[in-house]
Amino acid sequence: MSHNLSRRDFNKLLLSGVAASAFGVLGSSTSAFAASSSKKVVVIGGGFGGASAAKYLRKLDPSISVTLVEPKTVFYTCPLSNWVLGGLKTMEDTAQNYTILRNKYKVNVITDSAVAVDAARSTVRLKSGQVLGFDRLILSPGIDFKWDAIEGYSESVANSKMPHAWQAGPQTILLHNQLLAMKSGGRVLICPPANPFRCAPGPYERASLIAGYLKAKKPNSKIIILDSKEKFAKQALFKKGWDRLYPGMIEWRSGATGGKILKVDAATMSVATDFGAEHGDVINIIPPQKAGKIAFDAGLTDASGWCPINPVSFESTIHPGIHIIGDASFAGAMPKSGFAASSQGKVAAAAIVRLFQGKVPAAPSLVNTCYSLLAPGYGISVAGVYKLTVEGIVEIKEAGGLTPIDADDDQLREEANFAQGWYNNITRDTWG
Amino acid sequence: MAVKLRVRLTAYALSFLALAAGSSAFAKERVTPKPARQESSSKGASNPRGEVLALSCSTCHGTDGKSVGIIPSINGRSAAYLEAALKAFKSGSRYSTVMSRHARGYSDDELRLIAEYYGTVSHNNK
Repeated sequence: MSHNLSRRDFNKLLLSGVAASAFGVLGSSTSAFAASSSKKVVVIGGGFGGASAAKYLRKLDPSISVTLVEPKTVFYTCPLSNWVLGGLKTMEDTAQNYTILRNKYKVNVITDSAVAVDAARSTVRLKSGQVLGFDRLILSPGIDFKWDAIEGYSESVANSKMPHAWQAGPQTILLHNQLLAMKSGGRVLICPPANPFRCAPGPYERASLIAGYLKAKKPNSKIIILDSKEKFAKQALFKKGWDRLYPGMIEWRSGATGGKILKVDAATMSVATDFGAEHGDVINIIPPQKAGKIAFDAGLTDASGWCPINPVSFESTIHPGIHIIGDASFAGAMPKSGFAASSQGKVAAAAIVRLFQGKVPAAPSLVNTCYSLLAPGYGISVAGVYKLTVEGIVEIKEAGGLTPIDADDDQLREEANFAQGWYNNITRDTWG
Repeated sequence: MAVKLRVRLTAYALSFLALAAGSSAFAKERVTPKPARQESSSKGASNPRGEVLALSCSTCHGTDGKSVGIIPSINGRSAAYLEAALKAFKSGSRYSTVMSRHARGYSDDELRLIAEYYGTVSHNNK
C-alpha cells in the first residue's frame, strides 16, 4: 500500500468514529423489515459468540427484538471439557442453558436448527419449517470438520472408535469413557491439526490433564502427541510443566519428525505417519476445521473456509446485513476461542445498536484471555488485546503475552484459581 | 489466502482514503447520523467508544463488573479508583498475573474511559 496515511492519523480517526465508515460500515438498513417499529435481530447459534451477542443486544438496547436459534437446550462448553477428561470436573459442571437469557433478558430462544439463510429476502428458515425475518442476522455457527482431510477418518469413526471431542457433549463423554476403560500402561494418541483451529492451546491442556489422571490411576501409561505443526501455543510453558509434573509421560512429535497423520485405521486402532504406523489404546483425532455448515450454505465463506468480515462490525463482506462472529469468522490476528467469540459478540451487538440508530459504530476493541490448566493448582495463560488498523484487526504488541516462564509456584496457583474464576464469570457474562 | 486478504484490505484502505479526503459525496451523505431514537440508560454508555472498550472487561470481571468467583469485582468502585488501578497495572507498579498484560494495550485516555464506564455502571446499579 503506497498511501500516505500514517498509523497515527488512522488512530486519530478511530477515536473520532470516522474510521468505521472507512471500512464500509454505514448507518443505514436496506432490509425489507426496516420499516417495522421494532428492529429484529436473529442470532443463529447459542455458544459463546451467539449467546453473548443476544444478551448484549438486549442489554444495550431493550427496544430491539432478539431471537436466538439453538438446537440444544443444554450447551456443554468446550472450556472445562479437558478438566472433565482429567476427572477434575463433571459434565454437569460444564452445562449451560438458556433460562436466564429467556426470562431476564427477554431473548426469544427457539430450540431448533437454522437450515437456510436467504440473504436477499432477509429471512432464515428453520428445520421445523418456521421462517424468521430479520433486519440484521448474527451467525455464530462455530466449526465444522473437514472429514475428508484424513484418510480413514469419518464422522462414524469419530462417533465410535476415535473421538475428536472438539465439540463438547457426547464426544467428551465417549473419550472420557475410553480413558476410564483403558488398561494401565496403555498408549494415548492425541493428534492436533495444523493452524488455524479452535482453541490452539486446547490439545496440550488435554494432554496435561489426561496425564494427571493416568499418573494417579494408570501408571506407566504414555501420551504421544502426533502434531501437524512445528510448534504450538504456550509451548515452552507446557513443556516445562510436563517435565515438572509428568516426567517421561508426554511425548510431542512435530510434523517434520513423524507427527503428521497421513491416515487412520479404526479396525487396528492405528494411525499412519511418514515414520510408520503408531498404535494407540485410545486415539483422539482433532481434524482440520472450517466454518460451520450454514455459513457455507449461505455463501458467506471464502477460499480459506472461513467467513471474511468487516472488522468494525463483523458484518460479512459478502452479504451485508449478516454478521459472523466466533470461530467461523476470519478475525485477523484473533485466535479461535470462546473468549474471542464472546468479545466479538459484544462488539457486533454494540455496532448493530449504533447502526439501527443511524450512527457509525465506535472503533472496536477486542480482547482474549486463555487459561490452560496443567494440574490442580498449576495454571498458565496467554492474553491479547486487539485493535483495528489499516491492516485489519491486529494484536497490540506492547500488550498481551504469556505467563512468565520463570513464574513461581504461587503465581501458577493464582493462575489456576483465576482459570476457574474466568470460567465462572465468562459463562455468566454469556448465558446470563 | 494471503493474496486475497491483501486485495480486500487494499479495498478497505482505498475507501478509507476516499472518505478521509472528503472526495466521496455519497459516503458522506450516508454516514450523516440520523437522530438517535434512544440512548442507553447508563451514562457510561453515552460514550460509545468507552462502552466498547469496557465490554471487554466483563468477560473476566462479570457483567457490569459483578464477579461471581475469585476474580475481583470492579462493580461498586469509583472511576478514580479504577483509573488509578488500571494505570498502576499498566506501569507495572502494581503486581498482577494478567492485568498488566491487558492494561498495556490501552492509552491513558482509553483507561480513563473504561474507568468512567464502570464508575457509572456501579452507581446506576447500587
